[in-house]
Amino acid sequence: MTADPVAATTKSVLRFEHVSLAFDGGPALDDVSFDLEAGHTLILFGAAGSGKSVLLKTAMGLLKPDRGQIFLFGEDITGMPEEDLYEIRAKAGILFQESALFDSLTVEDNVAYPLLNQRARGGKRVAVAHDEVDRRVREALRFVELEGTLEKFPSELSGGMRRRVGIARATVTDPPLILYDSPTAGLDPITANTIVALIVKARDMRNTTSVIVSHRYQDGHIMANFRHNPETGELEPATRDSRIHQGTAFMVFREGQLLFTGTQEELEHATDPYIAKFRSARS
Amino acid sequence: MLDALKSPILAFQDFILLSVRALTNIFRTPRYTDDIMLQADSIGVGSLPIVILTGFFSGAVMGLQMSRALNQYGATGQVGAIVSITLVRELGPVLTSLLVAGRNASGIASELGSMKVTEQIDAMRALGTDPTQKLVTPRLIAMAVTLPLLTILSDFVGLCGGWVIASSLLNQTSSEYWNTAYRILEWNDLAQGLLKPFLFAILISLIGCFYGIRTSGGTQGVGRATTQAVVVASVWIFVLNFFITQIFVNL
Repeated sequence: MTADPVAATTKSVLRFEHVSLAFDGGPALDDVSFDLEAGHTLILFGAAGSGKSVLLKTAMGLLKPDRGQIFLFGEDITGMPEEDLYEIRAKAGILFQESALFDSLTVEDNVAYPLLNQRARGGKRVAVAHDEVDRRVREALRFVELEGTLEKFPSELSGGMRRRVGIARATVTDPPLILYDSPTAGLDPITANTIVALIVKARDMRNTTSVIVSHRYQDGHIMANFRHNPETGELEPATRDSRIHQGTAFMVFREGQLLFTGTQEELEHATDPYIAKFRSARS
Repeated sequence: MLDALKSPILAFQDFILLSVRALTNIFRTPRYTDDIMLQADSIGVGSLPIVILTGFFSGAVMGLQMSRALNQYGATGQVGAIVSITLVRELGPVLTSLLVAGRNASGIASELGSMKVTEQIDAMRALGTDPTQKLVTPRLIAMAVTLPLLTILSDFVGLCGGWVIASSLLNQTSSEYWNTAYRILEWNDLAQGLLKPFLFAILISLIGCFYGIRTSGGTQGVGRATTQAVVVASVWIFVLNFFITQIFVNL
């Protein structure tokens, strides 16, 4: 990952170039630039209202920036019409802050939605056969260890379970990029760690590029220093010179401004008191 | 002054854009047939009891009121004609549409509003679905099909209400009542009696969806959107009714 837009590489999955966006209440993003390469992980820290969630929505083309350019999978999506965006968005998964599962659909239908939707639209991506949908839905729910909830409705699930179904829905199409908006917000520490472990698992098993918004320093620490062991199914420490650690970058936002970009070591040594608050929040 | 006008003009522009997209989506794929059927069931079948009850009693009340007025001229035999023309031209379409606006504009606005504040509409866009195609167009089609049908039913049970009064209190024979009720109607009456609910249906569904989709401010915002949808839809039914009647009166 690099903060310099000029140094954008051909492997770039998501690139922001001087992106600014303001609402009535003030700037949500202020001249934000970064470049995220394929297979890398980006952790975004910031207080509530600092622009983290807005950044994710802008990256998916759900919000249009006032200034600057956004490149998703190498394509400039800044002024792209909504109809064209649907094809590109299908290549990325997103977990919303409160999961945003469809209330009127069962867990099974929620997870199947992206697959069925691709088929309904008949887009450029290969449509999934009907019997294949069932298999992949079960596989995605097994991945988040919620196979027994197929017939349940989201309102019957706990907050942590809804988050896990959200991850299943975001990963069911095997997207090369997944964006997680505050995946651990409002959860108890045990459930929060389970969710982060699932995100690590999704990253390591499928080598996906991940963007994680959080206000828990611990989430970033686990992402940068642990890897999923497919044999034991548990997390195990990754060495500091590993691809995982080297490919994980941190960004800190304050009131829409990108205050810090760098590695975990650089974050550990940053002297800014705002950044220090996130470090000291670890527990 | 200009700033005060800016917000309603922008809202009206958004409403027109949503309307154009929802209407053009009728001719575009993908078509969400299951959603259309689900909405037709919710709007059409769900509104049946309330439409039948109010239709029957408004016909009966009209029979009672008209019998008193017509008695002064010794013309109680014309009660079928009066009930028929009033119901088919005005009361049937307007009353049914107001009931459906109260029941379904609120339902649509609160459902879509809740989806908006819980980011389900954003999730839909992120998963590659056009919310207008998936949420607005099915409701528009379902309402445009079911409201004229509900109006026909309301007109009929209203006439039945008038017939109960005519035969039980005014000693009219059934054939006399139904003959006068049938003979007074012209094609013009039937045309406006069906055109009105069709246009009101488009109005109610689009207003319900519009206020639902632009909801902001959490659960309080959902309540506000619901109220606005019902009030605005009801007022516009009366305004539109005036202009349609004006056109048909001059025909």
